[in-house]
Amino acid sequence: MDITLTIFGQSAAFFVFWWFCSTKVWPLFSNVLEERKQRIADGLEAAARAQKDRELAKNASADQLREAKEHAASIINQANKRASQIVEEAKGKAREESERIIAGANAEIEHEMNRAREALREQVGTIAIAGAEKILERSIDQAANEELLSKLAAEL
Amino acid sequence: MAELAEAAHAAVEHGAETTAQEYITHHLSYLTFGQHPDGHWGFAHTMDEATEMGFMAFHVDTLFWSLFLCGGALLFFRWIGKKATSDAPNGVQNFVESIFEFVDDRVSEGFNHKNPVIAPLALTVFVWILLMNLMDLVPVDWLPELAIFIGHFFGQEHMSFKVVPTTDPNITLGMSFSIFALIIYYSIKNKGAWGFFSELAFHPFGKWMMPFNLMIEIPTLLAKPISLGLRLFGNLYAGELLFLVISALLGLYQLPFHFVWAVFHILVVPLQAFVFMMLTIVYLNAAHDGVHH
Repeated sequence: MDITLTIFGQSAAFFVFWWFCSTKVWPLFSNVLEERKQRIADGLEAAARAQKDRELAKNASADQLREAKEHAASIINQANKRASQIVEEAKGKAREESERIIAGANAEIEHEMNRAREALREQVGTIAIAGAEKILERSIDQAANEELLSKLAAEL
Repeated sequence: MAELAEAAHAAVEHGAETTAQEYITHHLSYLTFGQHPDGHWGFAHTMDEATEMGFMAFHVDTLFWSLFLCGGALLFFRWIGKKATSDAPNGVQNFVESIFEFVDDRVSEGFNHKNPVIAPLALTVFVWILLMNLMDLVPVDWLPELAIFIGHFFGQEHMSFKVVPTTDPNITLGMSFSIFALIIYYSIKNKGAWGFFSELAFHPFGKWMMPFNLMIEIPTLLAKPISLGLRLFGNLYAGELLFLVISALLGLYQLPFHFVWAVFHILVVPLQAFVFMMLTIVYLNAAHDGVHH
């Protein structure tokens, strides 16, 4: 084997290349790889967080939905109640009104009847007097007749 | 090796046709720049000249490919890294990131201490060795022939050009001994000089057997970089050699054999890069450990 100065040349090159690789080449790639590793880790973390958020949002939306349903149910309940209340009220008012109208009508009927009875009584009295005058002509004392006729009128 | 070189040289001198042996020898020689015996520096024009230079020489071809591949890869990574975003990555960024994550995972499995420069080290080693090994899959004649073609213009005849840096023990041992230096440095830094020494001297048999312990532990320590470098060299050298043998001996029928061996090499290439990186991580982890295992 011919060992020559070449061995020193190669050794010198070895140290120069080692230095170059350590300072000028390796850091470029280790930085990039480190950075990418960090970004991937961040991305995974963000994904996990987003998933958790989604889970929470799902729960929250379910809660809200349930609340809304409850709310709606209570509103419907109240409305139903209110409606039946209104119906009851209306019924009451209608009954009152009808009673009032009936009472008014009854009163009017009474009044009309009284008036008619009064008028009838007067006409009957006049007819009776006229009849009696015709039957008795002059013989009859006006005063005594008057008394008789009043009694008759009161009986009618 | 020397005889082979001489034979090849002689054959070329005499204008003989290239034999298989010469072909292989030529492909296993380096483009060498060094100090000639008379003291001046220059390229070796023949294999003999390269041999005569001995230690005072550079293998221009393997060193060039080594620097070119790793430098190119790191500049490419930096270019991609500058544009990188933490959004969904595009194709190229994704590809580079997957290499990063692969290396980073191996480091976090094998290295149990805090040291931010170990992962870049593992990345550098892995990518570098992977690319150098991959040169083994470039057909064995393309780049040498191109080099010879270019060499003509510079007065270089029969120029050698070796393109797989990890078949050069200088390259693999250069890396493994650099890592050895780091093992020593981090051992002393983390355990103190005394702690490091006591690891070698007082294990496994206690302080009264210190010479014996040292006799065991020092070769163990030295075996780490040597085995690390030679394992890589041996695997790739053997692989390259077989490609050359196929090329040299089989003529036109070489293609299917090249294909089969190349497919097998697709396994060897990343495996050796991976093994080198893992052992680097393991050795450096041990250098950071408080207690010697």
